[in-house]
Amino acid sequence: MNWLKNIVRPKLRELVGGQKKDVPDNLWHKCRDCSQMIFHRELEKNQHVCQHCGHHMRLGAVARLKSIFDDGAYTTINPPDSPPDPLKFKDIKRYSDRLKDARSKNDTDDALTVAHGQLGGNPAVIAVLDFAFMGGSMGIAVGEGLLAAGQLAVEKGAPLVVFSSSGGARMQEGIHSLMQLARTTIAVDDVREAGLPYIVVLTDPTTGGVSASFAMLGDIAIAEPGAIIGFAGQRVIEQTIRETLPEGFQRAEYLHEHGMVDMVCHRHELRDTLARVIDLLMNKGGTDDEDASLPAVVDAAALEGPADSADADAGETAA
Amino acid sequence: MHNYLDFEKPIAELEGKIEELRHLSGSGEVNIADEVTKLQAKVDKLLAQTYSKLTPWQKTQVARHHDRPHAVDYISAWIEDFTPLAGDRAFAEDQAILGGIGRFRGRSVMVIGTEKGADTEARVKHNFGMARPEGYRKAQRLMTMADHFGLPVITLVDTPGAYPGVDAEARGQAEAIARSIETCLALKVPLISVIIGEGGSGGAIALATANTVLMLEHAIYSVISPEGCASILWRSGDMAQDAAAAMRLTAQDLMEFGIIDVVVPEPMGGAHRERDIVIDALEDAVDEALNAFQGMEGAMLKASRRDKYLAMGKTGLA
Ligand SMILES: [Zn+2]
Repeated sequence: MNWLKNIVRPKLRELVGGQKKDVPDNLWHKCRDCSQMIFHRELEKNQHVCQHCGHHMRLGAVARLKSIFDDGAYTTINPPDSPPDPLKFKDIKRYSDRLKDARSKNDTDDALTVAHGQLGGNPAVIAVLDFAFMGGSMGIAVGEGLLAAGQLAVEKGAPLVVFSSSGGARMQEGIHSLMQLARTTIAVDDVREAGLPYIVVLTDPTTGGVSASFAMLGDIAIAEPGAIIGFAGQRVIEQTIRETLPEGFQRAEYLHEHGMVDMVCHRHELRDTLARVIDLLMNKGGTDDEDASLPAVVDAAALEGPADSADADAGETAA
Repeated sequence: MHNYLDFEKPIAELEGKIEELRHLSGSGEVNIADEVTKLQAKVDKLLAQTYSKLTPWQKTQVARHHDRPHAVDYISAWIEDFTPLAGDRAFAEDQAILGGIGRFRGRSVMVIGTEKGADTEARVKHNFGMARPEGYRKAQRLMTMADHFGLPVITLVDTPGAYPGVDAEARGQAEAIARSIETCLALKVPLISVIIGEGGSGGAIALATANTVLMLEHAIYSVISPEGCASILWRSGDMAQDAAAAMRLTAQDLMEFGIIDVVVPEPMGGAHRERDIVIDALEDAVDEALNAFQGMEGAMLKASRRDKYLAMGKTGLA
């Protein structure tokens, strides 16, 4: 029974380990959906997907990049400096203090991390918006980061993949955060004009100003299962329509049903899906394409011996 | 009769007195011309005092004043042969965003505006200026058409924001706004935007990613309403006044930041007091903005718009 496991597992651990409280809380994670307790190593191995119910938990930028780039290898870039706290904003707390907290907790300067490396053997630029940094909110730094990511993709002739996870614009930067809707759209246009693929992976949650700009402009839009994706917040909508929201509203599957995303993709299949999509869009084959000979040879090699196709690598190329 | 805002109470009292006196003189019993002149001078002084130092929250109230000229008022005054165009060709006609072709001071233009509506019936018809995806998709269609025929685009922005409803979400509100911004940026014709009242968040920038952004003196433009900001960051909608001040949402603030290009002065006491004056003044300002791009090549128009937004956040900030 679930409730028994939940309580017993950590308790047992406590007893076995001897003294109380010597086990840090974060060794065990409680799934938000099914409430089961999951041991942290299990969770990491499973890319933060609950092994009991399949719930996709939020993934930090580093774990995300490691899970997508070939061999988990990549290089991050530092986007240009942007003015911190342009409004000298203060609500019940100073924005500058909130920023300081977020920076020390996350070990990054802001919510967007930009990296490049190989994905399925092709070069790729990946930008990850991390919800852990002030709710992934978009201010000037995120705008600058995305512009830098777009330029890097163009320089490298590589596709741009963006993982979004954000509550929207960063209110503490006021109008400057709103302007990032336009500026990040320019970043997308740069990639598009260079004829390079722009792929967005919408993860939980993607709402507000981020969904109303670069996150919804992907040539290919992929959503993680169960992710909340939409423009307005659910509380705001409920207040407006004065009724409860339909089941599954603003979930990835709902968006797929309504034609707003191309696919809902399990995290375990994300890497292969991205690799395949990029390969299809970048290495087009056909007679007019000079690069055509290369993938054709690779394909032939993969098909040569049935023994090869049994191992994992060949399986990936063939897929 | 004016609809007075709460901070206009002293003005309301004085004008009430003038009204009373006029009423008396109408009955022919007393000559009160002197008294009225004196009171009127007081009103003028008080108006000037009040309106020269409106707080951001007071400006928010002025920007939302029901009697302020709306998009339809500017369009009917400015545009000859206005021919409304309807529908997004996919789902519906959204009356929150109006648009059409017509002639502005001799040149054919495309005009697009968010309309709040002047009375209850109109407000319902226009959904209080809150557009659904089909509104933004209509705007995209009209902007693209303008691009095709080489017509400059004028957009008039007055919206609390995009409509937060289940149907709007189901049809892709976020995508519709994102594509509108993208369409604005792609235009090879001049795009002139005016924030005439309330420039509410994504629903505003969807139409206002422009070559030139003008703003009326007491209009506001912000990432979220002061009430929304207060309820999230202060955890209390009652702190809207503080939020309005902290967000720096006035035309003067945005001019200082280089976010907008022109502040158009309003008549004493706000646009709602002297509607014709502000309608004329804004027409001149839009004309001037359009003239500045006369003869500029399409690619250049697009590039200069892009450069303007790229520069934001790098300049004008301490
Ligand atoms: Zn679970």
